[in-house]
Amino acid sequence: MNQPLPISSLGANAVDVDIRNVDLSYGSNHVLKGINLHIRAGEFFAFLGPSGCGKTTLLRLIAGFNQADGGEVLVGGRDISHLPPWRRDVGMVFQSYALWPHMTVRRNVAFGLEERKVPKAEIARRVTAALELVGLAHLADRRPSQLSGGQQQRVAVARTIAIEPKVLLLDEPLSNLDAKMRVQVRRELRDLQQRLGLTTIFVTHDQEEANTICDRIAVMNDGIVQQVGTPMELYEKPANLFVANFLGTANILPGRVVREGGERFFDIEGGVRLPIPAHVVVPEGAKLVFRPQHASLGKSGAGDVSLPGIIAHSEFLGSTLRYGVKIGAAEVSIDTPFHSGEALHEPGSPVEIGLSLRSALWLAS
Amino acid sequence: MAGATTAGRAQTPSASSKRSKRLSASPGQVAVALGIAAFLVLFLIVPVGTVIYVAFTEKGTGEFTLVNFLDFAQTDLFIRSFWNSLYVSAMSVVVASVFALPLAYITTRFEFRGAMLIQTLGFLPLIMPPFVGAVAMLLLFGRNGTVNLLLDDWFGVKVPFMEGLNGVIFVQAVHYFPFILINLSTALRNIDRAMEEAAQNLGSSGFRLFRRIVFPLAMPGYIAGASLVFVKVFDDLATPLLLNVKDMLAPQAYLRVTSIGIADPMGYVISVVLICMSILAMWVSARAMRGKDYATVQRGGGGLAKRRMRPWESAIAYAVVLLILFLVLAPHIGLLLLSFATVWSFSPLPDAFTLAHYGRVFGESFIYVKNTMVYASIAGLIDVVLGTAIAYLVLRTKLIGREWLDWAATAALAIPGVVLGIGYLRTFYDVRLPNGTPLAAFWIVIVLALAIRRLPYALRACYAALQQISVSLEEAAENLGATKLRTIRRVVLPLMAGGILAGFVTSFATAAVELSATLMLVQSNADAPLAYGLYVFMQSAAGRGPGAALGVIAVLLVALCTFASHLIIEKSQKVKAAGR
Repeated sequence: MNQPLPISSLGANAVDVDIRNVDLSYGSNHVLKGINLHIRAGEFFAFLGPSGCGKTTLLRLIAGFNQADGGEVLVGGRDISHLPPWRRDVGMVFQSYALWPHMTVRRNVAFGLEERKVPKAEIARRVTAALELVGLAHLADRRPSQLSGGQQQRVAVARTIAIEPKVLLLDEPLSNLDAKMRVQVRRELRDLQQRLGLTTIFVTHDQEEANTICDRIAVMNDGIVQQVGTPMELYEKPANLFVANFLGTANILPGRVVREGGERFFDIEGGVRLPIPAHVVVPEGAKLVFRPQHASLGKSGAGDVSLPGIIAHSEFLGSTLRYGVKIGAAEVSIDTPFHSGEALHEPGSPVEIGLSLRSALWLAS
Repeated sequence: MAGATTAGRAQTPSASSKRSKRLSASPGQVAVALGIAAFLVLFLIVPVGTVIYVAFTEKGTGEFTLVNFLDFAQTDLFIRSFWNSLYVSAMSVVVASVFALPLAYITTRFEFRGAMLIQTLGFLPLIMPPFVGAVAMLLLFGRNGTVNLLLDDWFGVKVPFMEGLNGVIFVQAVHYFPFILINLSTALRNIDRAMEEAAQNLGSSGFRLFRRIVFPLAMPGYIAGASLVFVKVFDDLATPLLLNVKDMLAPQAYLRVTSIGIADPMGYVISVVLICMSILAMWVSARAMRGKDYATVQRGGGGLAKRRMRPWESAIAYAVVLLILFLVLAPHIGLLLLSFATVWSFSPLPDAFTLAHYGRVFGESFIYVKNTMVYASIAGLIDVVLGTAIAYLVLRTKLIGREWLDWAATAALAIPGVVLGIGYLRTFYDVRLPNGTPLAAFWIVIVLALAIRRLPYALRACYAALQQISVSLEEAAENLGATKLRTIRRVVLPLMAGGILAGFVTSFATAAVELSATLMLVQSNADAPLAYGLYVFMQSAAGRGPGAALGVIAVLLVALCTFASHLIIEKSQKVKAAGR
């Protein structure tokens, strides 16, 4: 895989993508609500969100298959909002791959170059180069129906990068692959993107996919960008309850802030009270949010607060044990490392929960 | 699903103890299979085999010979007929394509108000036998028909729409173009939108995109429709006869057998040629389709994107659609006018209108309608019973050779009606009924011929209906104690009912207007079905009025049935969707 790049290196002249105030409605259905995003040159960027959040609509809007009601899309500083799809030079890999069944792999990959009236010899060279890049040069004369799902996916990628697009758009490219292939192909995609240095936008509903291969992620819900950041930022400092919940498991405890003698306390519904450290800012109506690994069972460490709870159930997850623990009226998940031979907490038994308030968050919405 | 089936079977102790029995079937199933096989052998394989046998043997001695084919090749009339048939079939495909292509393209690619209208009206020609429309077309497009009289008045020209072979091509194209329209529209609609978008994304647009992506993907559908039209036209007997075109193959076969005699080998030789051409066309179509199952629509993908038309595009589209629809509906309009006309000759429209023709048809000629109802009902019944049984044997049992039943029944597709008629005459003429009349003269033979002709279509309907039923529904019934037979009666048949009924109605409707096979088998007016009556009426100028009235009744009958079958299918699909 260390061969010199057969396709002219795009990294040097990678472009950024600017999405400004984009709005889109289908009738009374407001699909995109004032989207503003800046995707840096050469970045691997993800639109992440549940189905119906508008992520695919936004991607198709960049490709020109949807028309925005307002706002503009700039690629490399140039407004492409009013160009038809075939003039945009943004390559898209479709969820279904959309390989044409009546053409061989080679013809599929050559298509975009033929449409651009590239000289024949040049087409042959670039098709071979693109196929070599995805490791499928030996299958050039097969038909798409004779390829496996993973191979079809790679042909779809080769077909798109053969035209040397300014931006690469990937619409859930891993969703039609089985679990094992998915892990392998996503690594290949990341590797390819790094070598080409191509600005890439990746649409997915799978947070693990987005976390593992993307530089930055825009979490979307209900037609609105909820938060933009690196995978770690989003996990550690979610801006709101939706992001906290969507990325990984989050324990959310509703309650009420009370003041007594100059000190603040958080009364969790169901009668459990914990003190709020002096320096922490708690917004109005906030809930206490923490990850399962930010609490422990039994003894609590220094700086931890201690809460009483009752074990409801347990799940064995391999390296960890996940306990469901009742705190007042709410139930939280708490992970403990699994050591063979260790006695388990039985359902119904009372436990002491140690919670590190430094890692906990107070989120109002 | 397969795993569940084996598990279900393995639970019965008899099956696990006797491994060989698992591959075979119960005695009841074997009996049913043998019964069906006997029917197919007797009424399809033997008659067709007889035709082929006679064609290849010397008259009298029964020795193998190719002399008959040499005679065929050396007779100018036959060779001319062969080329004429080929020319007419090919041109019919071309003209039908000219009608179908714009309609299919406009309705699937654009947001077009008239799309529903086109899809509905496009089917209308199919509910009228082509030879019925032929007479109306003569009156509208003939040398002294409405259109030419008007053209002569206005521009001083006449267009020979209906002269000789032109007439056959025109009538057949108008009648059969829906086959191309249906297949092509379906193919276009089954193309995933992403196929087109991927091309646009890579820089393609407009006509180039259509030529390189859309058209190749729709090609298999077009070929399927076109080859069907080719075969139908090649085999059609009544339309050329009615337009007085005799130098085509099917009319020649008919004329040889009816005028020269049942012993003359040339009718049989022509029959073999007809069968070969049918098989050839089907083979071409199958080859074109092989490995090209391009139905690319994904879940939620939707068909090709539809575009709004610009005003001028819209104007052109409406003009084209209206012109085509006028041509296509001309036979219906003409027939309706004719059925109410007193005299219609050398004038654009009839001189005056009357109800007398309908009176005559409902009086003395009502026997035709009654016969048709009886024949088509029995034929339809035979078809769905055989179709259901064959579908069950193929899909639900492991009976050895069960596919042969399917293949044999489907093979009837390749047998032109006129060939089946000749085969029945030859095979059953020597079989005497107890009262001494030949079996071939008995009306039941007409019914059997109709049943065999329509069996492939009914079989496919039953097959589809059974395929949609999950095996687990039957296994659940068996698990709760129902025997195979009780399961069929209480679970399978009720669930199949919609599909079976639709199969019956289609068989009934198409059998009601079938003529190619029956023309040869009708021995007396008292036994004649509607299509035959129509044919007899249309032969004479005086009979045209009553003939048209009878034609209108036939069209209404078939239209009603088609509509009913549509409703039934829709309803049963709703029930199934709810049960899922």
